[in-house]
Amino acid sequence: MLASLFVDTFRFIGDNPGLLLHKAEETAELAFTALGIGLAIALPIGLWLGHRHQGLTIALGVSTFARALPSVVLLGLGIAILGVGFRNLTVALVVLAVPPLLTNSYVAVEGADRDAVEAGRGMGLTETQILARVELPLGLPFILAGIRIAAVFVIATATLAGIFGGGGLGDIMANQVEYGLDGVLAAALCVAALALLTAAALGVAQRAAFRRMAPSA
Amino acid sequence: MSGWLVAGGGGGPVIPNFGKPNGCLKNNGWFCADWVREHWGDILQPALVQHIELTLIAVGIGFGASFLLALVGFRFRVFDLPLGAATDFLYTIPSIAFFQLLVPLTGLTVTTIEIALISYTLFVFYRNIVTGLRGVPAEVLESARGMGFTRRQTFWRVELPLAMPVILAGVRVATVSTIAIATVGAYFLYYGLGGPIFDALGQPDIFRTELVAAGALAILLALAADALIALLQRVLTPWSRIR
Repeated sequence: MLASLFVDTFRFIGDNPGLLLHKAEETAELAFTALGIGLAIALPIGLWLGHRHQGLTIALGVSTFARALPSVVLLGLGIAILGVGFRNLTVALVVLAVPPLLTNSYVAVEGADRDAVEAGRGMGLTETQILARVELPLGLPFILAGIRIAAVFVIATATLAGIFGGGGLGDIMANQVEYGLDGVLAAALCVAALALLTAAALGVAQRAAFRRMAPSA
Repeated sequence: MSGWLVAGGGGGPVIPNFGKPNGCLKNNGWFCADWVREHWGDILQPALVQHIELTLIAVGIGFGASFLLALVGFRFRVFDLPLGAATDFLYTIPSIAFFQLLVPLTGLTVTTIEIALISYTLFVFYRNIVTGLRGVPAEVLESARGMGFTRRQTFWRVELPLAMPVILAGVRVATVSTIAIATVGAYFLYYGLGGPIFDALGQPDIFRTELVAAGALAILLALAADALIALLQRVLTPWSRIR
């Protein structure tokens, strides 16, 4: 039974590449918009707090709270307050993306080698220059790790938005009656592929950042 | 389909029978204390108990399974990459799809929800246990060997205790996320705190009090679990307190 399901799934993918691609685009658009906005909000705050070595409790508290917040509740509240629609779901997803980005960028900069920072200061770099030229490059791997976590998180939840009429691949998954179990599985594989590809791309960037940090290794 | 999703409709939402109607409920207020008090016993408390049960079973079995897998991945490095990739892959399967895939096999049962939840915990547990064990400094292992410890003694008395902080950090993350993800299971089966949450979302115009009450319970449960494990961390690994 399971074997035939997999055959059917791949047949579904073969028969409906346009549909899946279109839905995947919707999911990706929603997820990456939210991720982008989340980055624009969280990165400056996290970097600055980390640079000042202030607000550890806030940075860690925010991430714990975010993990404790069920996505269903978050999306539900978003819909109850704002209604459905691309913009409103994006807002809900931004709320989800910010905590891991904030925490990781904070920890990345906070944990930067203090001797290196002192050396920079001794060379007469301004605080902004220290952040941009010393702490940021040193912390880049951790920041990228944060983006990776946030991306996987947001893609998964963007999918969930489908059951609330948010479109995208979740739309297929919430409609087994219409698309069949093979359609559901096909959509799930697309989500997994989207998440894994994004994670892999960021993983490559992360490794490159690590290598740049230690060129001799 | 999208009719009930329009929030704050101008046409005056029709609130179904939620018990005795009062002003707060008629206005679909965000938190009607009367409703919460009235339905604590028949809706919220049972859901909370079910949710705790779901979580404990998932985290317990997930930890046991991951521990065995991690031992394999730790001792035989060849298996580490495939095992890690497998747990990664399981984690990326969207929860709604995962439940639907399991239904033909295990039916609309709590077992279905548990299997999905357990699979998700593997991702966090496996990574943390292997990373924790790998993180034990070589000098420490060297001195253990120098003291004449056997391999088994080294594992139980040196490697495992030293890996404990990382492992417990994993338990924290896994428990908190399991409590959050477990709410999705109620999309298929009214069970746990997701039950009242999906019930509220399914009402015309969303029943806000029920959503907020059940959602808040889920968040509080997760935060309480987090604090409890943090405490356990301090008791079990007093040496890591300095950091």
